[in-house]
Amino acid sequence: MIFRRDFVTPEVQPSEAQYKKHILQWQDWLGSLAAQNKLSRPLQRWDSGGRVLKPDHSVTDGPYAEIKESIGGLVIIKADSYDEVVEIARGCPILSVGGTVEIRQGFQALDLV
Amino acid sequence: MPCIFTWHFFMDNNGLLQQLFRSEYNKIVSVLCHRFGIKHIENAEDIVSETFLAASEHWELRGIPENPAAWLFTVAKNKTRNLLKRHSLFEQKLTPEFKAGQPLYEDMVEIDLSEKNISDSQLAMIFVVCDPVNSVDVQVALALNLLCGFDIQEIADAFLSGREVIYKRIQRGKLKLKEAGIKVEPPGKQQIADRKKAVLTTLYLLFSEGYYSASQHVTLRKDFCQEAMRLAYLLVSHERTNGPEVNALLSLMCFHASRFEARTNEQGELILYQDQDESLWDMALVEKGAYFLGQAASGEQLSKYHLEAGIAYWHTQKQDTREKWENILQLYNQLLILEYSPVAALNRTFALGKARGNEEAIAEAEKLGLTDNHFYHTLLGHLYTGMDNDLAIAHFKKALGIARSNNDRQLILKNIKAVTSR
Repeated sequence: MIFRRDFVTPEVQPSEAQYKKHILQWQDWLGSLAAQNKLSRPLQRWDSGGRVLKPDHSVTDGPYAEIKESIGGLVIIKADSYDEVVEIARGCPILSVGGTVEIRQGFQALDLV
Repeated sequence: MPCIFTWHFFMDNNGLLQQLFRSEYNKIVSVLCHRFGIKHIENAEDIVSETFLAASEHWELRGIPENPAAWLFTVAKNKTRNLLKRHSLFEQKLTPEFKAGQPLYEDMVEIDLSEKNISDSQLAMIFVVCDPVNSVDVQVALALNLLCGFDIQEIADAFLSGREVIYKRIQRGKLKLKEAGIKVEPPGKQQIADRKKAVLTTLYLLFSEGYYSASQHVTLRKDFCQEAMRLAYLLVSHERTNGPEVNALLSLMCFHASRFEARTNEQGELILYQDQDESLWDMALVEKGAYFLGQAASGEQLSKYHLEAGIAYWHTQKQDTREKWENILQLYNQLLILEYSPVAALNRTFALGKARGNEEAIAEAEKLGLTDNHFYHTLLGHLYTGMDNDLAIAHFKKALGIARSNNDRQLILKNIKAVTSR
């Protein structure tokens, strides 16, 4: 699951109180996933900055004003179908702050050959 | 902060010897192994066993000496010297570096039983015993035997397993250590970094074995816990092994151990947390737990011991506040994200019920996929109690059908009775 939202437009950013509540919702949602033993890898914190490398080899700092929506993080989970993950993702707090969840199945390298 | 886990001495001969065996056996064995290497471990153990045999005979006849431990040390030293002479270990068995042009005999055989060398030797032995050459269950058995002085029968009792099984496990473990030529030396920086995790895991399991064992042998289980705490304290008191994680582990042990008296009745049956007489909680241990938790609050890493110590801290607050359960819930969330275990998943759901209400907890419980686990049905039994008592009883009965230990079954039956009489 890949989480995207607009981190730059000032008008859509949560207030401090909203943000605190938002973090708690993430904890609960991830805790619930973890309690179902669905996390297939330990969670990783994501830096809010980062770098972007362009075709002309120029490098810019994130966040990425020209893309508007950027990746807030990703979680790799165990599931049997897209439908199952869609149901799980319905509880994801990013939806309540205007973000999206992109769901993609991962393959082991061997599956591709 | 002085060491706090001292033993109470019983002044009759047998009791005293038993206590001394527990406290001194591992000291002398550690010092001898540190001095002569792990390949002489059986000799070391024989020397100490003979020393205790001599003590029981002498003291019976001539009374207990003024300083029993010093008496044991002197006799062990003499026995070591005699053994060395008898078997001319100098020629045959000592490691090459000792052979190479060093003076032999009396001055060579000085066995240093000073407090510092005992402590260094014990630290070295912890790292030997927790060497990954052995599997974790072998490490725990070796720790109980070599580091804590429990005999085979006691270990077998605690594990609810046969004497023969434990004996073989320990022999196999020793053999592996000898074959691998594990060095008994104070752990260096690299060794500590590589092994710390294994050492802490073994101490954690040692403590849990005492705390959660299905064995009815309450005194023995308490001794296991105290020994685990003593070893954790040994790590804390050595500068090189002292760190946030081991402090968190020791803190967790103190918080749990504070409820030891309150959590079993005279028959050795478990008393649930909410039914415990809190006047039996050991507040001195709670304070120590808080002290070590404070010591653990440094560095960048939040280990599972930190999170579990935090959970254990909140359990020392008897009052059921929303704040308490909300904190416990968040700590379980973090713990599960770090490392899944069914017990943590069930406890998280219990905390969720306390913090946010049973309906939310029931919905979450159903997602856990632990229907084969009797604790799962016990949890649902509790969550449904007062909401749908028939369903609660049905879950308790399911739990009863799965649970095997006597303690668990007793608790479930009590629950059924409590719901029926509502």
